[in-house]
Formats: sequence, C-alpha cells, structure tokens
Amino acid sequence: MLNTRGVPNLEMVKKCFPDEQQLVKMKAIVECYEEIPCNPCSTVCPTNAIVIGDDINSIPKVYFDKCIGCGLCVVACPGLAIMMSKIEGEKVRFRIPYEFLPLPKPKDIWNAINREGEVIGTASIEKVITSPKQDKTVVLEVLVDYSLFYQFITVRCPDE
Amino acid sequence: MIKTELLIIGGGPAGLAASLAAAEAGVSSIVVDRNQSFGGQLIKQTHKFFGSEKQYAKTRGINIAKKMIEDTHKYENLITLLCDTTVLGVYPDLVATCLKDDKYYKIKAQAVIVATGAYEKTLAFENNDLPGIYGAGAVQTLMNVYGIKPGNKIIMVGSGNIGLIVSYQLLQAGIKVEAVLEAAPRIGGYKVHAAKLRRYGIPIITSRTVLKAHGEKALEGITTIALNENWEMVAGSEEYYEADALCLAVGLSPLSNIFGMLNVEMKYIPELGGLVPVLRDNYMTSVENIYACGDVAGIEEASSAIVEGRLAGFYAANGLKRSLDDKEINDCKKQLQLLRCGPTGEKIRSGLEKRGEGNA
Amino acid sequence: MRIKHHPILDFPEKQKIAFYFQNKKVYGYEGDTIASALHALGVKELSLSVPLQRPRGFYCAIGNCSSCKMIVDGVPNVKTCVTPLKEGMNIRVQTDKGFLYD
Repeated sequence: MLNTRGVPNLEMVKKCFPDEQQLVKMKAIVECYEEIPCNPCSTVCPTNAIVIGDDINSIPKVYFDKCIGCGLCVVACPGLAIMMSKIEGEKVRFRIPYEFLPLPKPKDIWNAINREGEVIGTASIEKVITSPKQDKTVVLEVLVDYSLFYQFITVRCPDE
Repeated sequence: MIKTELLIIGGGPAGLAASLAAAEAGVSSIVVDRNQSFGGQLIKQTHKFFGSEKQYAKTRGINIAKKMIEDTHKYENLITLLCDTTVLGVYPDLVATCLKDDKYYKIKAQAVIVATGAYEKTLAFENNDLPGIYGAGAVQTLMNVYGIKPGNKIIMVGSGNIGLIVSYQLLQAGIKVEAVLEAAPRIGGYKVHAAKLRRYGIPIITSRTVLKAHGEKALEGITTIALNENWEMVAGSEEYYEADALCLAVGLSPLSNIFGMLNVEMKYIPELGGLVPVLRDNYMTSVENIYACGDVAGIEEASSAIVEGRLAGFYAANGLKRSLDDKEINDCKKQLQLLRCGPTGEKIRSGLEKRGEGNA
Repeated sequence: MRIKHHPILDFPEKQKIAFYFQNKKVYGYEGDTIASALHALGVKELSLSVPLQRPRGFYCAIGNCSSCKMIVDGVPNVKTCVTPLKEGMNIRVQTDKGFLYD
C-alpha cells in the first residue's frame, strides 16, 4: 500500500499513536514509516521525547511520557509527517502543518480529509498559528469528531 | 590572464561548499557560474531539506543558498564569486577560458574543482517534442524563480523525489496535478513526499507510462499505457488524459563535458546517472589537480553535494598548501556514510562500487 | 498565468517592460527571461523545427537543451530561457537554422 499508492494502512497508522489514555495532553504523532537519512525531529525536541540515534536513517521512536506537546517537531519535519493530537471527550484536537493558500480563519468549518485525500467529515478551525520561527509552515489547530480519530490527516477548503 | 589558486566551476551547493572549505584552509578561490545567481538548483527548492543539522536539515533550499552565499562574503579576501560567467574550456595547463558579458577571459589556476551539476533526461515517445512538455526542473524554475504557472492541467511522469516534490510545489502554486505516473511497480521517492500528494487526492499510478502526446501546436493530452512485470507495454490498457503540460521527472545525468577536454578517465555508470569521472579518495580525477564533486561526480541529493564539496575543497587546498584538518575530513566522511548507509542509499553505494578507484 | 500569492515565496510587483513579439507590442516584467515572459503571455511555440517545421517550445528552462532558441534583435539561436528580457527587444519565432539576417 505504502510503496504502491503512498498511503499507509490502518494498522501502520495506529502504531504511531499512544494509548488513548495518554492523549489527555497534546502528543506528537510521528508518521515516519521509511528509513531515510533525516533527523531534525529528534534534534529539535527539547525533552528527547523523539529518539533517532547515531544512524540518522533509523525510524524515530517517540517516548510519549516525555512529550510535552510543544509542537517544534511538527514544524521541523521536512516531510510534514508529524501532527499533534489530544482527545477531548467526543472530539479530538489536532495540530497539523499546513503550507497552502488560502489559509482558513478561526471559526471556519472546513472539510476533514483522510490520507487518501477523501472528505470524511468536517473540521472546525480553532487556531491559525504562524510565527517567523516556523519559516512559513503554518500550524492549524482543528477540532474533529472522535469517530474520525485515526482517519483524519488534514483539512481542505470546502469551496475547492 | 586572471590568476588564482583554486578555480571552482559551478556555484551550486557543491561548488559553494568547496570554496568555503578551501577558505577555511587559507586557500583563495574563484567560483564561476553561468547563471545570473549562485546556489545552483537550491534557488528553486522551496521545501525543507532532509539529512542532518550539518547539511542544513529543516531549512528550505532557497534559504540554504542564501546562507551559503552569505558565508562566502565572510571570506571576501579569499572567495571571488563570478556569475554570468560561462566556462568555455579548460586546458591541460589549467587555464580556463570564459565568456562574461560578451568578453573573453582566461583564468590560470593551480587546481580546478569541477562542480557543474547535472541536466535533466527526457523520455522517448511519439510527439515528445510538443511545446508544453517540460522537464521537472523547468516547471520548478518557472514557478519558483519567475512566478509563472506552467499550465492549468499537469501530469507528472516519474515518482522519484523530484517528481513528487515538484508535484507538491505545483499544488502550492495553485495548479491541479491530474496524476503522477510511475513506470516501475513501486513509488520511487520518499514515502513522506508521496503521502503529502495523496492527502490532496492526487493519484500516484504505478506501472504506467506515456505512450504518445497529442496536440497540434502545443500539448492537449496524452495517451498512457500500462507496463507488466517485464516492463512490456500491455496492449489494450491505453488511457487518454487531457493536459496542457506534461512534466518529465525521469532522472538526471552529470554535466560532464568539461572532462572530455582534459583526458580525464571516465566510466559509464547507470546508477550514478551516466558518464562520471573516476575519482581517487581525495576527489581528484585521473588528471593531477583536477577534482570533481557533487552531482557531476554521481547523481545524489543536495545534502551529499554539500558534504562532497566540503571534502573536495579541503583536499584541493591540501594539494596546494599541505594543511589537512583530519578531524574535519573524518567528520565529513562520517556525514556521507550516514547519508548513504540506509536503504535509500543503495543506488549510490552500488554505483560508487562499480565506479571503483577511491572511496570518494 | 502569473502567481501573485504563494504560501512560501514572495512575488513583489515589478516594473513592466514593453517588447515586441512577431512585431506586436507586448509586455513582460523586470526579472523575466524572454521565454518566461512569452509563457506568461500564453505563447508556447518559440521556434519551428528544421526541416519538418514542427512547433517547438522550451524544455529544460536552464540553458541546456537549446529547444527555446529564437531570433532576438536580429540574432538567431538565442537561448531565450536564460536571456533576460530587456525593454524594446524584438523577438521572433525562428523557423530555420539561423542566419545573419539583415
């Protein structure tokens, strides 16, 4: 699936998430499935929650109890493969990297999109976070229904 | 006759890194580039780079170029940058003839580093000469350097890193990519690049290639065809796609013409992109004081070009001033080893083994 | 065809430049190459191949392939993809191998 269509299967995706009990706080979900020479996520992490080690081809290992949800890795990842996630009852709060125009505004309702690019529901835009340190990678904080938990990956403007 | 210690031909990541390393070792260099600006292909790369900190990981290519050029300004007395300067030839006495502003110059060097990079390959199919069919780099240049949309309906051929990255950049420029076609049965580039495209619903179709392009004065559409496990075309599997731009990301080949003038020993290695110079451990070619680094020595990523350039710069400087910083050399070698030791480094490792001679 | 807003890059407004294509007055911008300015105007056919007179446009856009050659101010075989656009330039589609025209 990953090698022929560019999409991981559900089992691979679930392995990137911690136990749901740990998601009472924002945690980093690192969807890095391939051994490629790359390690900015681990070098930028202030608490050593993401470990790659000397061989920079190693797949990052996330220590969720050390992750403080700062989101530096979301912006550092050149593959835009990291997002943050927090369960809030019937909803899930995500922080995703976004590098397109137009940008949404807080309170907008956009389409929730899965890894195949399909519309799976709606996402309400909570925050649009920009800062010079992010170097043009915008971070969107969105709320989606809990039923979309493992499927959600990004948002798209409903007019498109 | 302009005199210099080191002449570096090509001001991309490898050439710039070489000039900085040589300057650190106290050797002066002139870096020439035929383009209007320095940075080589970095000036079109809007994405953040991979690798590790020493290769500017998580920095956008365009900013890596700016940083490297800024760094050369710190060595004003040692590094001279000459853009709009085309090297016409390099002679056995290490005199290079150049064209700048319609004037002819001669530069006499004690050592030369060739860092001329690569050019885009093309694909053979009926009507592949129609306007509207571009190399992936051309599309990237048009969008990211000149701010112009290459077309409205684009199809990308090739799912290596370049094909996947340029497709994403097309999306960022507001252009719909209809599909990415890949002749092989697997996606060629990093899966994270492919994942970004799939989120935007762009289909990546493996085992399919272009059979024919259609259009009278310019491209209007293409017919694609499936390939079986033996890379043979499957009759009856033709499909037509409407498109006003076709982007071919089918590989790069070293721009190694200069070596021909110097009788440098070359080998044809498909894994390295084509004709490459045989290099010794110190990046020197078979001809004394002629070095090579970056894509011209074998197609790889920009991260490797930066490290190779650094090594070639140190070695060329050592050839002139006998001062090698072993710690720096070993650090660079370790960086290259890490970049190449994983599964994605198989091609380059295999190519370098076939090329033989040194470990460069 | 020109990109005004981009999520990563800035494309500031530039000085307009008048030039001639096939003897018709048209406009490009400071910083354009001849080929990029023509592409922005929707012109894709830059030359005709010899001898079959097939339409040709640019391919590599960085001066390697020579597909983009045109007659610029009377001089043939100019690689328009790497030649900066200048005010008043006279650009024509090249249909032969190139001669020193009047």
